[in-house]
Amino acid sequence: MLFTERERHLVVAVFLGLFALIYGVPYALILAASLARAWNGVLPSGLTGAHFAALAGGADAASLSASLATAAMASLGALLLGLLAALGTRGLPRRGQAACDLLFFAPSAVPTVSIGLGLLVAFSRKPVLLNGTIGIVILAHLLIVFAYAYGGVRTGLARLPDGIEAMAESLGAGPWARFRRVTLPLLAPHLRGAAGLAVAMSMGELAATAMVYPPGWATLPLRIFALSDRGAVLDAAALTVVLASATFCVLGLLRK
Amino acid sequence: MRKRGAGLGLAGPPALVLGLTLAYPLALILGTARRGAGVLASGAFLAALLHTVAIALAATAGAMSLALVFALVLAFAPFPGGRACARVAETTIALPSFLIALALTFAYGSAGVVNGALAALFGPGGPRVDFLYSAWGVILAEITIYMPFVLRPLLATFDAIDRAQIEIAAGLGAGAGVILRRVILPAAVPALLAGGSLCLLLTLNEFGVVLFIGAKGVITLPVLVYDKAIQEFDYPAACAIASVNIGLALALFATYRLLLGRLAHDAVH
Repeated sequence: MLFTERERHLVVAVFLGLFALIYGVPYALILAASLARAWNGVLPSGLTGAHFAALAGGADAASLSASLATAAMASLGALLLGLLAALGTRGLPRRGQAACDLLFFAPSAVPTVSIGLGLLVAFSRKPVLLNGTIGIVILAHLLIVFAYAYGGVRTGLARLPDGIEAMAESLGAGPWARFRRVTLPLLAPHLRGAAGLAVAMSMGELAATAMVYPPGWATLPLRIFALSDRGAVLDAAALTVVLASATFCVLGLLRK
Repeated sequence: MRKRGAGLGLAGPPALVLGLTLAYPLALILGTARRGAGVLASGAFLAALLHTVAIALAATAGAMSLALVFALVLAFAPFPGGRACARVAETTIALPSFLIALALTFAYGSAGVVNGALAALFGPGGPRVDFLYSAWGVILAEITIYMPFVLRPLLATFDAIDRAQIEIAAGLGAGAGVILRRVILPAAVPALLAGGSLCLLLTLNEFGVVLFIGAKGVITLPVLVYDKAIQEFDYPAACAIASVNIGLALALFATYRLLLGRLAHDAVH
Protein backbone atom coordinates (compact mmCIF):
# COMPACT_ATOMS: atom_id res chain seq x y z
CA MET A 1 0.00 0.00 0.00
CA LEU A 2 0.87 3.65 0.08
CA PHE A 3 2.64 3.75 3.42
CA THR A 4 4.99 1.40 5.25
CA GLU A 5 3.91 0.45 8.77
CA ARG A 6 6.23 3.01 10.41
CA GLU A 7 5.17 5.78 8.08
CA ARG A 8 1.55 4.93 8.75
CA HIS A 9 1.95 5.45 12.50
CA LEU A 10 3.69 8.77 11.93
CA VAL A 11 1.05 9.94 9.46
CA VAL A 12 -1.81 9.00 11.79
CA ALA A 13 -0.11 10.75 14.73
CA VAL A 14 0.34 13.96 12.73
CA PHE A 15 -3.27 13.74 11.53
CA LEU A 16 -4.64 13.31 15.05
CA GLY A 17 -2.60 16.26 16.32
CA LEU A 18 -3.76 18.51 13.49
CA PHE A 19 -7.35 17.33 13.80
CA ALA A 20 -7.46 17.95 17.55
CA LEU A 21 -5.99 21.42 17.06
CA ILE A 22 -8.45 22.43 14.33
CA TYR A 23 -11.67 20.66 15.34
CA GLY A 24 -11.20 19.56 18.95
CA VAL A 25 -9.84 22.76 20.51
CA PRO A 26 -12.59 25.16 19.27
CA TYR A 27 -15.44 23.05 20.68
CA ALA A 28 -13.56 22.42 23.93
CA LEU A 29 -12.86 26.15 24.36
CA ILE A 30 -16.50 27.17 23.78
CA LEU A 31 -17.64 24.59 26.33
CA ALA A 32 -14.96 25.61 28.86
CA ALA A 33 -15.79 29.31 28.42
CA SER A 34 -19.49 28.67 28.95
CA LEU A 35 -18.67 27.17 32.35
CA ALA A 36 -15.86 29.53 33.36
CA ARG A 37 -16.22 31.87 36.36
CA ALA A 38 -13.67 34.19 34.75
CA TRP A 39 -11.02 33.62 32.11
CA ASN A 40 -8.08 35.99 32.04
CA GLY A 41 -5.08 33.67 32.08
CA VAL A 42 -4.23 30.35 30.50
CA LEU A 43 -6.99 28.45 32.27
CA PRO A 44 -10.42 29.57 33.45
CA SER A 45 -10.55 30.42 37.15
CA GLY A 46 -13.13 28.06 38.56
CA LEU A 47 -16.32 26.57 37.19
CA THR A 48 -19.81 27.98 37.43
CA GLY A 49 -23.23 27.33 36.01
CA ALA A 50 -24.10 31.00 36.44
CA HIS A 51 -23.94 31.83 32.73
CA PHE A 52 -26.54 29.19 31.96
CA ALA A 53 -28.69 30.18 34.96
CA ALA A 54 -28.62 33.79 33.72
CA LEU A 55 -30.06 32.66 30.38
CA ALA A 56 -33.18 31.21 31.96
CA GLY A 57 -35.24 34.41 31.83
CA GLY A 58 -35.56 37.49 29.69
CA ALA A 59 -34.12 38.22 26.29
CA ASP A 60 -32.06 35.04 25.99
CA ALA A 61 -34.95 32.67 26.62
CA ALA A 62 -37.05 34.75 24.21
CA SER A 63 -34.37 34.44 21.53
CA LEU A 64 -34.37 30.65 21.89
CA SER A 65 -38.10 30.47 21.28
CA ALA A 66 -37.82 32.99 18.42
CA SER A 67 -35.13 30.82 16.81
CA LEU A 68 -37.07 27.58 17.26
CA ALA A 69 -40.32 29.08 15.95
CA THR A 70 -38.60 30.69 12.96
CA ALA A 71 -36.74 27.49 12.10
CA ALA A 72 -39.88 25.36 12.40
CA MET A 73 -42.06 27.57 10.21
CA ALA A 74 -39.40 28.37 7.61
CA SER A 75 -38.32 24.72 7.31
CA LEU A 76 -41.88 23.47 7.04
CA GLY A 77 -42.66 26.01 4.32
CA ALA A 78 -39.44 25.29 2.44
CA LEU A 79 -40.02 21.54 2.66
CA LEU A 80 -43.55 21.86 1.30
CA LEU A 81 -42.45 24.10 -1.59
CA GLY A 82 -39.37 21.94 -2.20
CA LEU A 83 -41.55 18.83 -2.34
CA LEU A 84 -43.85 20.46 -4.90
CA ALA A 85 -40.91 21.67 -6.98
CA ALA A 86 -39.18 18.29 -6.95
CA LEU A 87 -42.38 16.36 -7.73
CA GLY A 88 -43.30 18.77 -10.51
CA THR A 89 -39.95 18.71 -12.31
CA ARG A 90 -39.48 14.97 -11.90
CA GLY A 91 -39.25 12.90 -15.05
CA LEU A 92 -38.42 15.88 -17.25
CA PRO A 93 -35.88 15.29 -20.03
CA ARG A 94 -32.27 15.76 -18.95
CA ARG A 95 -31.93 19.32 -20.25
CA GLY A 96 -35.24 20.41 -18.75
CA GLN A 97 -34.26 18.91 -15.42
CA ALA A 98 -30.90 20.70 -15.51
CA ALA A 99 -32.62 24.03 -16.23
CA CYS A 100 -35.05 23.51 -13.33
CA ASP A 101 -32.17 22.55 -11.04
CA LEU A 102 -30.37 25.75 -11.98
CA LEU A 103 -33.51 27.72 -11.10
CA PHE A 104 -34.34 25.96 -7.83
CA PHE A 105 -30.76 25.72 -6.54
CA ALA A 106 -29.96 29.35 -7.40
CA PRO A 107 -31.40 30.77 -4.13
CA SER A 108 -28.59 29.00 -2.24
CA ALA A 109 -26.04 31.03 -4.23
CA VAL A 110 -27.49 34.47 -3.51
CA PRO A 111 -25.57 36.12 -0.66
CA THR A 112 -27.89 35.96 2.36
CA VAL A 113 -27.30 39.63 3.22
CA SER A 114 -28.66 40.48 -0.23
CA ILE A 115 -31.72 38.27 0.32
CA GLY A 116 -32.41 40.38 3.41
CA LEU A 117 -31.72 43.62 1.55
CA GLY A 118 -34.05 42.60 -1.29
CA LEU A 119 -36.89 41.87 1.12
CA LEU A 120 -36.39 45.25 2.80
CA VAL A 121 -36.40 47.09 -0.53
CA ALA A 122 -39.42 45.21 -1.90
CA PHE A 123 -41.68 44.91 1.13
CA SER A 124 -41.17 48.12 3.11
CA ARG A 125 -44.09 49.83 1.38
CA LYS A 126 -47.70 49.12 0.49
CA PRO A 127 -49.37 47.07 -0.88
CA VAL A 128 -47.28 44.36 0.84
CA LEU A 129 -45.83 45.77 4.02
CA LEU A 130 -43.75 43.03 5.64
CA ASN A 131 -40.93 45.12 7.09
CA GLY A 132 -41.20 45.20 10.87
CA THR A 133 -43.14 41.94 11.08
CA ILE A 134 -42.06 38.45 12.10
CA GLY A 135 -43.19 37.30 8.66
CA ILE A 136 -40.22 38.93 6.94
CA VAL A 137 -37.78 36.93 9.12
CA ILE A 138 -39.57 33.66 8.38
CA LEU A 139 -39.70 34.48 4.65
CA ALA A 140 -35.95 35.25 4.60
CA HIS A 141 -35.16 31.95 6.31
CA LEU A 142 -37.51 30.05 3.99
CA LEU A 143 -35.71 31.45 0.94
CA ILE A 144 -32.31 30.57 2.41
CA VAL A 145 -33.15 26.94 3.23
CA PHE A 146 -35.40 26.28 0.21
CA ALA A 147 -32.64 24.99 -2.09
CA TYR A 148 -31.50 22.48 0.53
CA ALA A 149 -35.05 21.20 1.03
CA TYR A 150 -35.50 20.89 -2.74
CA GLY A 151 -32.14 19.11 -3.09
CA GLY A 152 -32.99 16.63 -0.32
CA VAL A 153 -36.39 15.73 -1.78
CA ARG A 154 -34.94 15.52 -5.29
CA THR A 155 -32.24 13.08 -4.19
CA GLY A 156 -34.87 11.02 -2.39
CA LEU A 157 -37.11 10.87 -5.46
CA ALA A 158 -34.18 9.83 -7.67
CA ARG A 159 -33.47 6.92 -5.33
CA LEU A 160 -37.00 5.50 -5.22
CA PRO A 161 -37.00 1.87 -6.38
CA ASP A 162 -37.56 1.71 -10.15
CA GLY A 163 -41.12 1.06 -11.25
CA ILE A 164 -42.62 0.76 -7.77
CA GLU A 165 -45.09 3.57 -8.43
CA ALA A 166 -46.02 2.12 -11.81
CA MET A 167 -46.66 -1.17 -10.00
CA ALA A 168 -49.01 0.58 -7.55
CA GLU A 169 -50.76 2.19 -10.49
CA SER A 170 -51.23 -1.13 -12.26
CA LEU A 171 -52.79 -2.45 -9.04
CA GLY A 172 -55.40 0.28 -9.37
CA ALA A 173 -54.09 2.97 -7.03
CA GLY A 174 -55.08 6.51 -8.05
CA PRO A 175 -52.51 9.32 -8.13
CA TRP A 176 -53.28 10.55 -4.59
CA ALA A 177 -53.33 7.06 -3.04
CA ARG A 178 -50.13 6.24 -4.88
CA PHE A 179 -48.46 9.37 -3.50
CA ARG A 180 -49.74 8.90 0.07
CA ARG A 181 -49.23 5.14 0.36
CA VAL A 182 -46.14 4.54 -1.77
CA THR A 183 -44.13 7.67 -2.63
CA LEU A 184 -44.42 9.52 0.68
CA PRO A 185 -43.45 6.63 3.00
CA LEU A 186 -40.44 5.78 0.82
CA LEU A 187 -39.50 9.45 0.75
CA ALA A 188 -39.85 9.94 4.52
CA PRO A 189 -36.19 9.39 5.50
CA HIS A 190 -35.06 11.93 2.89
CA LEU A 191 -37.72 14.40 4.01
CA ARG A 192 -36.50 14.06 7.59
CA GLY A 193 -32.90 14.56 6.48
CA ALA A 194 -33.83 17.63 4.46
CA ALA A 195 -35.83 19.01 7.38
CA GLY A 196 -32.85 18.51 9.69
CA LEU A 197 -30.53 20.39 7.36
CA ALA A 198 -33.07 23.19 6.95
CA VAL A 199 -33.58 23.55 10.71
CA ALA A 200 -29.83 23.54 11.38
CA MET A 201 -29.21 26.24 8.75
CA SER A 202 -32.09 28.36 9.96
CA MET A 203 -31.02 28.11 13.62
CA GLY A 204 -27.55 29.42 12.73
CA GLU A 205 -28.63 32.09 10.24
CA LEU A 206 -27.20 35.51 11.07
CA ALA A 207 -26.74 37.69 7.97
CA ALA A 208 -30.26 38.00 6.55
CA THR A 209 -31.79 38.04 10.04
CA ALA A 210 -29.56 40.95 11.04
CA MET A 211 -30.93 42.86 8.04
CA VAL A 212 -34.66 42.27 8.57
CA TYR A 213 -35.48 41.38 12.20
CA PRO A 214 -38.11 43.47 13.98
CA PRO A 215 -37.71 44.52 17.64
CA GLY A 216 -38.63 41.64 19.95
CA TRP A 217 -37.72 38.90 17.47
CA ALA A 218 -33.93 38.69 17.93
CA THR A 219 -32.89 35.11 17.17
CA LEU A 220 -30.14 33.24 19.06
CA PRO A 221 -27.30 34.19 16.66
CA LEU A 222 -28.23 37.89 16.92
CA ARG A 223 -28.34 37.66 20.71
CA ILE A 224 -24.98 35.85 20.78
CA PHE A 225 -23.45 38.56 18.61
CA ALA A 226 -24.88 41.30 20.84
CA LEU A 227 -23.37 39.62 23.94
CA SER A 228 -19.98 39.05 22.33
CA ASP A 229 -19.94 42.60 20.90
CA ARG A 230 -20.42 44.14 24.33
CA GLY A 231 -17.65 41.97 25.80
CA ALA A 232 -19.82 39.41 27.63
CA VAL A 233 -17.98 36.60 25.83
CA LEU A 234 -18.58 33.95 28.51
CA ASP A 235 -22.34 34.54 28.33
CA ALA A 236 -22.04 34.43 24.52
CA ALA A 237 -20.27 31.06 24.80
CA ALA A 238 -23.02 29.71 27.08
CA LEU A 239 -25.72 30.84 24.65
CA THR A 240 -23.74 29.25 21.79
CA VAL A 241 -23.77 25.96 23.71
CA VAL A 242 -27.54 26.35 24.06
CA LEU A 243 -27.84 26.96 20.31
CA ALA A 244 -25.71 23.92 19.43
CA SER A 245 -27.61 21.70 21.91
CA ALA A 246 -31.00 22.86 20.63
CA THR A 247 -29.88 22.18 17.04
CA PHE A 248 -28.67 18.69 17.91
CA CYS A 249 -31.89 17.96 19.85
CA VAL A 250 -33.99 18.85 16.81
CA LEU A 251 -31.70 16.82 14.53
CA GLY A 252 -31.98 13.85 16.92
CA LEU A 253 -35.78 14.10 17.03
CA LEU A 254 -35.95 14.20 13.23
CA ARG A 255 -33.65 11.20 12.89
CA LYS A 256 -35.91 8.97 15.01
CA MET B 1 -44.82 4.56 -20.47
CA ARG B 2 -46.79 7.47 -18.98
CA LYS B 3 -45.07 10.83 -19.10
CA ARG B 4 -44.23 11.88 -15.56
CA GLY B 5 -43.56 15.46 -16.75
CA ALA B 6 -47.35 15.91 -16.78
CA GLY B 7 -47.09 17.09 -13.17
CA LEU B 8 -45.06 20.17 -14.08
CA GLY B 9 -47.92 22.30 -12.78
CA LEU B 10 -46.96 21.25 -9.25
CA ALA B 11 -43.76 23.29 -9.61
CA GLY B 12 -45.90 26.39 -10.24
CA PRO B 13 -46.44 27.47 -6.61
CA PRO B 14 -42.74 27.24 -5.61
CA ALA B 15 -41.71 29.04 -8.81
CA LEU B 16 -44.27 31.76 -8.08
CA VAL B 17 -43.09 32.19 -4.48
CA LEU B 18 -39.43 32.38 -5.56
CA GLY B 19 -40.34 34.81 -8.34
CA LEU B 20 -42.27 37.18 -6.07
CA THR B 21 -40.05 37.04 -2.98
CA LEU B 22 -36.60 36.51 -4.48
CA ALA B 23 -36.40 37.38 -8.18
CA TYR B 24 -38.58 40.50 -7.89
CA PRO B 25 -36.64 41.89 -4.87
CA LEU B 26 -33.33 41.16 -6.64
CA ALA B 27 -34.60 43.03 -9.70
CA LEU B 28 -35.50 45.96 -7.42
CA ILE B 29 -31.96 45.86 -5.98
CA LEU B 30 -30.55 46.09 -9.52
CA GLY B 31 -32.94 48.94 -10.34
CA THR B 32 -32.02 50.87 -7.18
CA ALA B 33 -28.31 50.22 -7.74
CA ARG B 34 -28.15 52.79 -10.55
CA ARG B 35 -28.87 55.61 -8.09
CA GLY B 36 -26.07 54.45 -5.81
CA ALA B 37 -23.52 53.47 -8.44
CA GLY B 38 -21.21 56.28 -7.28
CA VAL B 39 -20.16 54.13 -4.31
CA LEU B 40 -18.55 51.66 -6.71
CA ALA B 41 -15.75 54.16 -7.34
CA SER B 42 -15.07 54.63 -3.60
CA GLY B 43 -11.98 53.30 -1.86
CA ALA B 44 -14.14 51.50 0.72
CA PHE B 45 -15.86 49.44 -1.98
CA LEU B 46 -12.65 48.61 -3.84
CA ALA B 47 -10.94 47.58 -0.61
CA ALA B 48 -13.93 45.38 0.32
CA LEU B 49 -13.95 43.79 -3.13
CA LEU B 50 -10.22 43.06 -2.89
CA HIS B 51 -10.58 41.65 0.65
CA THR B 52 -13.57 39.50 -0.32
CA VAL B 53 -11.85 37.92 -3.32
CA ALA B 54 -8.46 37.51 -1.60
CA ILE B 55 -9.96 35.97 1.55
CA ALA B 56 -12.23 33.65 -0.46
CA LEU B 57 -9.34 32.45 -2.65
CA ALA B 58 -6.99 31.94 0.29
CA ALA B 59 -9.61 30.16 2.42
CA THR B 60 -10.61 27.94 -0.50
CA ALA B 61 -7.00 27.02 -1.28
CA GLY B 62 -6.46 26.28 2.41
CA ALA B 63 -9.63 24.19 2.71
CA MET B 64 -8.75 22.21 -0.43
CA SER B 65 -5.20 21.49 0.79
CA LEU B 66 -6.33 20.51 4.28
CA ALA B 67 -9.12 18.32 2.91
CA LEU B 68 -6.68 16.61 0.53
CA VAL B 69 -4.26 15.80 3.38
CA PHE B 70 -7.09 14.62 5.66
CA ALA B 71 -8.71 12.51 2.95
CA LEU B 72 -5.39 10.90 1.97
CA VAL B 73 -4.75 9.86 5.57
CA LEU B 74 -8.32 8.67 6.21
CA ALA B 75 -8.49 6.68 2.97
CA PHE B 76 -4.97 5.26 2.66
CA ALA B 77 -3.79 5.05 6.27
CA PRO B 78 -7.08 4.01 7.89
CA PHE B 79 -7.15 3.73 11.66
CA PRO B 80 -9.90 3.03 14.20
CA GLY B 81 -11.89 6.19 14.82
CA GLY B 82 -10.77 7.81 11.60
CA ARG B 83 -14.21 7.97 10.08
CA ALA B 84 -15.58 9.29 13.38
CA CYS B 85 -13.13 12.19 12.99
CA ALA B 86 -14.58 12.91 9.53
CA ARG B 87 -18.05 12.96 11.05
CA VAL B 88 -16.95 15.35 13.83
CA ALA B 89 -15.57 17.71 11.17
CA GLU B 90 -18.86 17.43 9.27
CA THR B 91 -20.94 18.50 12.29
CA THR B 92 -19.29 21.91 11.77
CA ILE B 93 -21.60 22.26 8.77
CA ALA B 94 -24.66 21.94 11.02
CA LEU B 95 -23.42 24.63 13.39
CA PRO B 96 -23.39 28.38 12.75
CA SER B 97 -20.17 29.63 11.18
CA PHE B 98 -19.59 32.25 13.86
CA LEU B 99 -19.15 29.48 16.47
CA ILE B 100 -15.67 28.80 15.11
CA ALA B 101 -14.89 32.53 14.99
CA LEU B 102 -15.92 32.87 18.64
CA ALA B 103 -13.86 29.81 19.57
CA LEU B 104 -10.79 31.21 17.84
CA THR B 105 -11.03 34.40 19.91
CA PHE B 106 -10.82 32.22 23.04
CA ALA B 107 -7.73 30.50 21.60
CA TYR B 108 -5.81 33.26 19.82
CA GLY B 109 -7.62 36.47 20.85
CA SER B 110 -5.91 39.21 22.84
CA ALA B 111 -7.26 37.67 26.09
CA GLY B 112 -7.10 34.11 24.77
CA VAL B 113 -5.27 31.01 25.92
CA VAL B 114 -2.17 31.43 23.73
CA ASN B 115 -1.59 35.04 24.73
CA GLY B 116 -2.35 34.12 28.36
CA ALA B 117 0.32 31.40 28.21
CA LEU B 118 2.86 33.74 26.59
CA ALA B 119 2.17 36.40 29.22
CA ALA B 120 2.65 33.80 31.98
CA LEU B 121 5.97 32.74 30.44
CA PHE B 122 7.45 36.08 29.43
CA GLY B 123 5.70 38.52 31.74
CA PRO B 124 2.87 40.95 31.02
CA GLY B 125 2.79 42.92 27.81
CA GLY B 126 0.53 43.59 24.85
CA PRO B 127 -0.89 40.63 22.98
CA ARG B 128 2.09 38.84 21.42
CA VAL B 129 -0.07 36.86 18.99
CA ASP B 130 -2.52 39.10 17.16
CA PHE B 131 -2.95 37.60 13.69
CA LEU B 132 -6.59 36.84 14.56
CA TYR B 133 -7.69 40.45 14.06
CA SER B 134 -6.53 40.50 10.47
CA ALA B 135 -7.54 38.78 7.24
CA TRP B 136 -5.58 35.74 8.50
CA GLY B 137 -8.00 35.20 11.37
CA VAL B 138 -10.94 35.21 8.95
CA ILE B 139 -9.10 32.84 6.60
CA LEU B 140 -8.23 30.40 9.41
CA ALA B 141 -11.85 30.31 10.59
CA GLU B 142 -13.20 29.82 7.07
CA ILE B 143 -10.75 26.98 6.34
CA THR B 144 -12.02 25.20 9.45
CA ILE B 145 -15.66 25.76 8.56
CA TYR B 146 -15.57 24.91 4.85
CA MET B 147 -13.00 22.07 4.75
CA PRO B 148 -15.73 19.39 5.20
CA PHE B 149 -17.38 20.51 1.93
CA VAL B 150 -14.25 19.31 0.08
CA LEU B 151 -13.49 16.38 2.39
CA ARG B 152 -16.78 14.60 1.72
CA PRO B 153 -16.51 14.30 -2.10
CA LEU B 154 -12.77 13.53 -1.83
CA LEU B 155 -13.35 10.64 0.57
CA ALA B 156 -16.07 9.26 -1.71
CA THR B 157 -13.63 9.42 -4.65
CA PHE B 158 -10.75 7.80 -2.75
CA ASP B 159 -12.98 5.02 -1.43
CA ALA B 160 -13.91 4.21 -5.02
CA ILE B 161 -10.28 3.82 -6.17
CA ASP B 162 -9.50 0.16 -6.74
CA ARG B 163 -6.96 -0.86 -4.10
CA ALA B 164 -5.61 -3.56 -6.44
CA GLN B 165 -4.52 -0.81 -8.83
CA ILE B 166 -2.33 0.67 -6.11
CA GLU B 167 -0.95 -2.70 -5.05
CA ILE B 168 -0.03 -3.56 -8.63
CA ALA B 169 1.70 -0.20 -9.06
CA ALA B 170 3.58 -0.76 -5.79
CA GLY B 171 4.43 -4.32 -6.87
CA LEU B 172 5.92 -2.96 -10.09
CA GLY B 173 8.22 -0.85 -7.96
CA ALA B 174 6.38 2.47 -8.00
CA GLY B 175 7.10 4.52 -4.86
CA ALA B 176 4.44 6.29 -2.85
CA GLY B 177 5.24 9.58 -4.62
CA VAL B 178 4.69 8.09 -8.07
CA ILE B 179 1.44 6.37 -7.04
CA LEU B 180 0.22 9.65 -5.56
CA ARG B 181 1.06 11.63 -8.70
CA ARG B 182 -0.01 9.09 -11.30
CA VAL B 183 -3.00 7.33 -9.72
CA ILE B 184 -4.47 9.15 -6.74
CA LEU B 185 -4.20 12.86 -7.57
CA PRO B 186 -5.64 12.60 -11.11
CA ALA B 187 -8.64 10.77 -9.64
CA ALA B 188 -9.03 13.52 -7.01
CA VAL B 189 -9.21 16.44 -9.45
CA PRO B 190 -12.99 16.39 -10.14
CA ALA B 191 -13.90 16.15 -6.44
CA LEU B 192 -11.37 18.87 -5.57
CA LEU B 193 -12.78 21.19 -8.23
CA ALA B 194 -16.42 20.58 -7.28
CA GLY B 195 -15.79 20.92 -3.54
CA GLY B 196 -13.46 23.86 -4.10
CA SER B 197 -15.91 25.86 -6.20
CA LEU B 198 -18.65 25.31 -3.61
CA CYS B 199 -16.15 26.53 -0.99
CA LEU B 200 -15.36 29.61 -3.06
CA LEU B 201 -19.06 30.44 -3.36
CA LEU B 202 -19.67 30.05 0.38
CA THR B 203 -16.57 32.03 1.39
CA LEU B 204 -17.49 34.87 -1.01
CA ASN B 205 -20.84 35.17 0.78
CA GLU B 206 -19.59 34.60 4.35
CA PHE B 207 -20.86 37.17 6.83
CA GLY B 208 -20.85 35.85 10.40
CA VAL B 209 -17.15 35.07 10.64
CA VAL B 210 -16.10 38.53 9.47
CA LEU B 211 -18.59 40.20 11.80
CA PHE B 212 -17.57 38.15 14.87
CA ILE B 213 -13.82 38.48 14.40
CA GLY B 214 -14.46 42.18 13.89
CA ALA B 215 -10.99 42.86 12.52
CA LYS B 216 -10.49 46.53 11.88
CA GLY B 217 -9.86 47.14 8.20
CA VAL B 218 -11.17 43.72 7.13
CA ILE B 219 -14.52 44.57 5.54
CA THR B 220 -15.94 42.24 2.90
CA LEU B 221 -18.76 42.91 0.43
CA PRO B 222 -21.57 41.32 2.50
CA VAL B 223 -20.47 43.25 5.61
CA LEU B 224 -20.25 46.47 3.59
CA VAL B 225 -23.81 45.91 2.30
CA TYR B 226 -24.97 45.48 5.91
CA ASP B 227 -23.09 48.61 7.05
CA LYS B 228 -24.48 50.78 4.25
CA ALA B 229 -28.09 49.60 4.69
CA ILE B 230 -28.43 49.16 8.44
CA GLN B 231 -25.86 51.57 9.92
CA GLU B 232 -26.01 54.38 7.33
CA PHE B 233 -29.52 53.87 5.86
CA ASP B 234 -27.93 54.41 2.42
CA TYR B 235 -30.04 51.92 0.45
CA PRO B 236 -28.96 52.94 -3.07
CA ALA B 237 -25.28 52.39 -2.16
CA ALA B 238 -26.11 49.10 -0.41
CA CYS B 239 -27.98 47.97 -3.54
CA ALA B 240 -25.08 48.91 -5.83
CA ILE B 241 -22.61 46.89 -3.72
CA ALA B 242 -25.09 44.02 -3.35
CA SER B 243 -25.49 43.88 -7.15
CA VAL B 244 -21.76 43.30 -7.58
CA ASN B 245 -21.81 40.67 -4.82
CA ILE B 246 -24.84 38.89 -6.33
CA GLY B 247 -23.31 38.99 -9.82
CA LEU B 248 -20.08 37.43 -8.58
CA ALA B 249 -21.93 34.74 -6.65
CA LEU B 250 -24.32 33.81 -9.47
CA ALA B 251 -21.50 33.63 -12.03
CA LEU B 252 -19.59 31.31 -9.73
CA PHE B 253 -22.75 29.28 -9.08
CA ALA B 254 -23.32 28.79 -12.82
CA THR B 255 -19.73 27.59 -13.17
CA TYR B 256 -20.21 25.19 -10.27
CA ARG B 257 -23.41 23.70 -11.74
CA LEU B 258 -21.73 23.35 -15.13
CA LEU B 259 -18.82 21.55 -13.49
CA LEU B 260 -21.19 19.24 -11.57
CA GLY B 261 -23.08 18.44 -14.78
CA ARG B 262 -19.82 17.68 -16.57
CA LEU B 263 -18.72 15.40 -13.71
CA ALA B 264 -22.02 13.50 -13.65
CA HIS B 265 -21.81 13.17 -17.43
CA ASP B 266 -18.23 11.81 -17.22
CA ALA B 267 -19.25 9.41 -14.47
CA VAL B 268 -21.98 7.93 -16.69
CA HIS B 269 -19.86 7.61 -19.85
